[in-house]
Amino acid sequence: MRREFTGYRRESGRIGVRNHVAVLPTSVASSCVARGIAAEAGAWARATPHQMGANQPDEARAQTERVLVGVGRNPNVGAALVVEFGTEDIDAADLADRIARDGKPVETLSVREVGGTAAALQRGRTALDSLNEAAADARHESADASELVVGVECGGSDATSGIAANPAVGDACDRLVAAGGTASFSETPEFIGAEHVLAERCADEETRRRLLDRVERREATADLMGVDLRGAQPSPGNQEGGLTTIEEKSLGAISKGGTTPVRGIVDYAERLPVGGGLVLMDTPGYDVESVVGKVAGGAQIIVFTTGRGSTTGNPVAPVVKVTGNPRTWERMRSNMDVNAGAVVEGDATISEAGERVFDEVLAVADGKRTGAETRRMEEFAITEVHPRELAEVRGK
Amino acid sequence: MKGRVLDGGALVLADGDSVATALEDLDAGREVRDGDRAVTLADDVPFGHKFALDPLSAGETVRKYGEVIGRTTAAVAAGEWVHTHNCESTRGRGDVAAEVER
Repeated sequence: MRREFTGYRRESGRIGVRNHVAVLPTSVASSCVARGIAAEAGAWARATPHQMGANQPDEARAQTERVLVGVGRNPNVGAALVVEFGTEDIDAADLADRIARDGKPVETLSVREVGGTAAALQRGRTALDSLNEAAADARHESADASELVVGVECGGSDATSGIAANPAVGDACDRLVAAGGTASFSETPEFIGAEHVLAERCADEETRRRLLDRVERREATADLMGVDLRGAQPSPGNQEGGLTTIEEKSLGAISKGGTTPVRGIVDYAERLPVGGGLVLMDTPGYDVESVVGKVAGGAQIIVFTTGRGSTTGNPVAPVVKVTGNPRTWERMRSNMDVNAGAVVEGDATISEAGERVFDEVLAVADGKRTGAETRRMEEFAITEVHPRELAEVRGK
Repeated sequence: MKGRVLDGGALVLADGDSVATALEDLDAGREVRDGDRAVTLADDVPFGHKFALDPLSAGETVRKYGEVIGRTTAAVAAGEWVHTHNCESTRGRGDVAAEVER
């Protein structure tokens, strides 16, 4: 089993598997400009357009900042440009300072200050070129699997997810943890009904309590809103694929994290440790936001299982697609990277499929492009703090 | 694969499970053997969907992966398709909580 890859050593000490220049808008008002600047520059520039407004309640703003700073600090990012419209509560200079803390080259640009969008596109382009030159100075050196932080996600689940793709990815996570690396999975609503299994695996009492508390809060959100989770969990697509209840979906979903002890659970977009073993992240079940949370936490690679066939990617982290559904592998071949369908057909064991996933992760770390990267699938979304959650946080 | 494959067409994930998962589109009338017992499918069961291995009474817990995945909302005969029409979650039921408050 291969363990080495060549990556980009950052000042922080972490290793990147890509050398992108990130273009980070501070609100929806500067998102189009950010996308425009990156699109004109080329594939090395990656924008993270998002939907957040210029003025957000404090708790929501802090979360948006944590995500943008985290993405900027991700080791796959060699340099960053923070773009503001000019009316945001988020201070672009402060954001840039937080990203630059480890010595990363960062610039800021204000659409209003430079005189509108045309000027911003032009200035942004110039700034990106010099940032790209700075990023090119990164040492390209050999690194070990123990330095990888791999985020694990599932989307478009069906019954094969819990039978084949998730256990195969779980096996790859066990291999990564054995090699000394970090694996992280999330989507707290999909712990509901399986939390007792995860709780038993927590390394310490503190982690166990935090985990159960987070699951209770997610379930309480449904209570808080007086709604039934069943309309959304499992989703209509999940149901068509044979998943009947959230418990069934969760029991299948948690197998993607493998079988090692749960070392901790971090907040949405909070920094994940290097060499940390299996660490959970408290995120919503919406896959794009959940992936972004883990990338903001420092994951260099995402492994994404899909039964029904998701095509989603991420601007700064390669997303490796694993399907356990033989029909999806045939039908959506160009968007899939690893076929775990052989498990369903009885042609491969879970361990064999897990080894394939692990090998693919190392190859992608070494520069092999995923289907999502080739097709520039770069969805980006930040979790909004719901007004009812805000009220609860504030104790109203 | 995890679990036990029945006649190449269905999968039982853990001992004691009350349902099996179809590994191909299974037609009504097909007989699936599990050791020395046989279950005849009462409905078409699509790939990835479940059918009951044993008769279940209404309100009984349904087990898959060796764990509870929900409870029946009606009596289910062995070989019947088990899905949202006759099995429901017991979790994340804000609607029930709201009902109680009213």
